[in-house]
Amino acid sequence: MTIEPHEDHAIIGKPVPKKDGWIKATGEAKYADDLFMPGMLYGKLLRSPYPHAKISHIDASRAEKLPGIRTVITGKDFPGIKYGNMPQTRDYLPLAIEKVRYIGDEVAAIAAIDEDSAEEALDLIRVEYEPLPAVFDAEDAMKPGAPQLHDHAATNISAESAFQFGDVDKGFAESDYLREDLFETQPIKQGMLEPHACIGLWDETDKITLWASKQSPYVVWKQLAMGLGVEASKIRVIQTYVGGGFSEGEQEAMAMDFCAVLLSKKSRRPVKFVHTMDEVLSIGHMRHPLKIWLKTGAKRDGTLLAQHLKIVANGGAYSSIGQLSMYLPGAMLNLPYRVPNIRYEAHRVYTNNGFCGALRGHTIPQICFARDSQLDTIAEKLGLDPIEIRLKNARQPGEVTPNGFRLTTFGFTECLEKAVEASGWREKYGKLPRYRGIGIGCGSLVSGARIMGHSASSAQVNIHEDGTVFLVTGSTDVGQGADTVLSMIAAEVLGVRMEDIRFAMVDTDMTPADPGTFSSRVTFWTGNAVKLASEDAREQLAEIAAQKLKADVKDIVFRDRQVYVGHDPQRGLSFGELVRLAQHRLGRIIMGKGSYTSGDALIDFRTGYGNMSPAYTPSACVAEVEIDPETGQVTVTGIWGAHDCGFPLNPMLVKGQVLGATVMGIGQALYENLIRIEGKVMNPSFRDYKMPLTEDVPWLANVGHVNVITRDPSGPFGAKEAGEGAAAGVIAAVANAVYQATGVRFKSLPISPDKILFGLKEARGEDGDAQAKRQSLTSERSKGGFDESD
Amino acid sequence: MKNFLPISLRVNGEPYDLLIPPWRTLLEVLRENLSLTGAKRSCQEGQCGACTVLLDRKPINSCLYLAVEAQGKEILTIEGLSRGAGDLHPVQKSFVEKGAIQCGFCTPGLVLSTVSLLDENPNPSEDEIRKAVVGHLCRCTGYFQIIEAILAAARERAGKDTEA
Repeated sequence: MTIEPHEDHAIIGKPVPKKDGWIKATGEAKYADDLFMPGMLYGKLLRSPYPHAKISHIDASRAEKLPGIRTVITGKDFPGIKYGNMPQTRDYLPLAIEKVRYIGDEVAAIAAIDEDSAEEALDLIRVEYEPLPAVFDAEDAMKPGAPQLHDHAATNISAESAFQFGDVDKGFAESDYLREDLFETQPIKQGMLEPHACIGLWDETDKITLWASKQSPYVVWKQLAMGLGVEASKIRVIQTYVGGGFSEGEQEAMAMDFCAVLLSKKSRRPVKFVHTMDEVLSIGHMRHPLKIWLKTGAKRDGTLLAQHLKIVANGGAYSSIGQLSMYLPGAMLNLPYRVPNIRYEAHRVYTNNGFCGALRGHTIPQICFARDSQLDTIAEKLGLDPIEIRLKNARQPGEVTPNGFRLTTFGFTECLEKAVEASGWREKYGKLPRYRGIGIGCGSLVSGARIMGHSASSAQVNIHEDGTVFLVTGSTDVGQGADTVLSMIAAEVLGVRMEDIRFAMVDTDMTPADPGTFSSRVTFWTGNAVKLASEDAREQLAEIAAQKLKADVKDIVFRDRQVYVGHDPQRGLSFGELVRLAQHRLGRIIMGKGSYTSGDALIDFRTGYGNMSPAYTPSACVAEVEIDPETGQVTVTGIWGAHDCGFPLNPMLVKGQVLGATVMGIGQALYENLIRIEGKVMNPSFRDYKMPLTEDVPWLANVGHVNVITRDPSGPFGAKEAGEGAAAGVIAAVANAVYQATGVRFKSLPISPDKILFGLKEARGEDGDAQAKRQSLTSERSKGGFDESD
Repeated sequence: MKNFLPISLRVNGEPYDLLIPPWRTLLEVLRENLSLTGAKRSCQEGQCGACTVLLDRKPINSCLYLAVEAQGKEILTIEGLSRGAGDLHPVQKSFVEKGAIQCGFCTPGLVLSTVSLLDENPNPSEDEIRKAVVGHLCRCTGYFQIIEAILAAARERAGKDTEA
C-alpha cells in the first residue's frame, strides 16, 4: 500500500510551521544548560597550554583541598582505551594520559559545588609538562623528521584516499587547454550559539545516563561505551533540545561527556558541564582547511576531459571521521559536471592544532570553490560563457558516474536555468559597472551516505486511543525541522492532523537505533522509515475498517481524522473511533514499524568505487557583489539559488535550510577565519570570529530561491536532501562575482578586505612581488594558439 | 553569608527578594535563582544577543548586566511575554508562522528585541529592522525569515490598529 506522490496531499508540500516552534518561541524548550538536577555538581576541564608536550606528572592535591571541590580526575582514572568512529581512526582518549597534542587538549576535570569554585580549582592543579617540538603546517608535518604526534602514524598521515577512474593521462593529452591552480581554504567553526553542554549521572545500579546536546546520540552512546570500557547496554544517552547542529562536538562523545559521568561515579551526584564560547571556538571539530591543487583538461568547446585533484588537509591533532573527510572531495568531483577521467590523491595530516571534522557540506564546499573558480577561468580563456560551459558539462538523470554514482533524478540543467533567470544574469553579466560583479557557483550533495557499519533508520508509529500518534525515531531535530517533516509524513499517511502527532526526542534506551543526523540523511532515510511504519499502522487499521464498513480494504481512505469508503464517503467513522474499536473491542494495539536502508553496498574506500547515496542533489547559486575600492569591503548585494530537492515536503523549511546554508557560505567566502598562531587560536570569541550579521546579508528583494522539482522515485514523497547541498556552490559564486568586479582572481579564503586591497594594487601593477608570488600559484599550458599569459 | 547582598527584583510583574553575591549577572540570577531559563547563556560577552531581556521595555544583554543594577526596573523575560501555546504574543506567532525559528536558541532574545522595536517604531523599514536586531546572531536561518517575520508582525499590528 504505497502512496504515490500527487498534488492532492492534505499536508505534504504545505508550509507547515515548525512543530516545536511555539515551544522555542516561549522559552519553554529545555537545552542541556537549562536542566538543573537536585544535588548537581558543576564540572570544568583543565586544558593544555602547550601544543605538544609530555605529561610527566599531575598533582591535584591543592585543588582537592579547596572548599567546594568534590572530585578531580585525570586521564589515568579512565581505562586508557582509545575510541573513535572507525577502527583506523580511533585516536581519542577521554583525557590525555601521556601527552597532549594541541592547545586545549583536556588533561584533568573537576566537579565542584558551583562553577566559580571549579574554575578557581583549575588554577591549583599542577601539571608538569615536557614541551615537545610541535608542527602546525600540514606540509611541514609530512616531511621526514617532522615531530610525530601519534605512535601509530610515523608520517603523521591520519587518513588518505587515492583513486582513479578512466585514463587521466589520455584525457589530458587529448585536451586543447590545460589549467592548474592551487587554492587554499581556511579553518572555520560551526558557530552554533549553544555551547556544548551535558549532565552525566552514574547511579548506584551502575546505569550511566548522559543528558546532552547531541545530534547523533547513538554515536555518542557507542563511543562512551568504548572509551569507558563498559557494555553499551549500561549507557543511556538522552537528547535535549539542540541549539544548532552543523556537526560540531554534538556528533561525538567529547571529553566533557566522559568526565561528567566519571565525576558522577566518584561524587555520586549528577555533574553538569557547559563549555564557554572561548572553549567552543578553540577546541576541535572545525572545517578542514585544505590546500587544493586542481588540474583540468578541456576541449576547445569547453568539454571537460580530465581532472586531477590533490588535497592536503590540515587535520589537527585527532582523526574524527577523517577517512570520510578525505574520500568525499574526490568522490564528489564526479558531480555535478561530467568529467570522464578523474585522478584523486588526498592526505589528511596530523598537526598540533585543534582537530577537524564535519561542517555542513563536510569537505565538499571547499572543492566546489576551487573547481567552479577554475571553471570560470577556463571559460574565460576559451572565450566561452560561464553558463554555457556549465550547461555543456552538466550531468543528466540516468547517468552513472565513473565512480559508480547512479543518478536517479538530477535536475542540474534546470537549476542552472532557474538561477540564471531568477538573478537576471543575462542583463547583468559583463554589463555591471566597475567594482560590481555577478558570479555563479554550483555543487552537489548526497541524500544520506551509506558509509559505515550501520546506516539504516527506523521508526515506530504508536496509535493511541484518543486518535493521536506517538512517532518514535532515532533521528534528532537540530533545528532543521526533522520533528515537523517526519510528523508530516506520518500525518499524511494516517490521515490525521499535525497536532495529532507527538514527536519523540531520542533516548537510546527507548528509541530505535539510528546512525544520526549527518550527510543530509534524515528526511530521506528516516522519512522513508516513517512512511513505511505509518503505512504498516494504516494497513492494520484499514483491515479493521474494511470489516466494520463492509468494504474492500483497497477502498478505505484516511483523511482529516476520518476513515471512509472512497467511493461512498458517507460510510465511515472517525480515526479515533476506529482506533478505539481496534483497541477496546478487538484487543489490538496498533503499532506500525518501518526500517529503511539504501540497497547499495558500502563504499570501498580503497578503490573509491560505489554508489554512496540513494539520491543526489545538484544546486546552482548566483551571487552579486559590490566592492568598495577604498576599504576592500565586499558586500553581497544579491543572492539567488536553485536546488533540486526532489520535492519540497515543506517549502518553508526547505527555504530556511537553503538560505541558512547560503549565508554560512557567504561567511566562509568573506568573513570567517579561525586565526591560529603556533597552534593558539587568536580569535576564540564572537567579537573577533566574524559570522554574518543581519546587515551583512542582501535585501529581501535581492534574494531568491527556486525549488527544482524532480520527484525522486526512492525518496519519501519524492523528496531528497535540502540541508547542505545549497551551500556547496555559494563560495565559488561569491569568488567569481568578486573576480568580475575586480578582475582579480582570489584563490585563498576568506576574500577579506586586505586581500582585496592588495589584489587591486597588484592589478594596477603597483606591487611586483605580490604579482610574481601569485603567478607561482598558477600554471597553464595551452595548445593550438590559446592565450599563454594569465 | 558575608559575600551575599539582599536585592529586590521585579521580573515579569512579580516581585522577588533575593540574597546573591554582588557580582552575579542578571542572566545568572534569572536562570539559577529564578529558574527562568528562556534567556540563554552563550557568548557571555554581549556579542550574540541570546541572553536578551527587556529592562523598562528596552533590550539589554543580561550577561553584561549586574543583577544589583536591575533593581527598581521592570524586567521582562520571554516567560513573561505569553502564557503558552494558546496565548502567543503576535511577535512569537509571527516567528512561528514565518519559519523564523530553527534551533531556537536565538529566538527568545530576538522575539524580545522585536517587541521592543515595534513598541518604539510600529512600522519599521527593512533597514530599521536589520539595524535593530544586528546584535543578535543566528547561525541557522541566514536572517531572511526572521526579517520577514518582523515585517509581518508589524503589518499584523498595524492591521489591528486600523480595525480598532
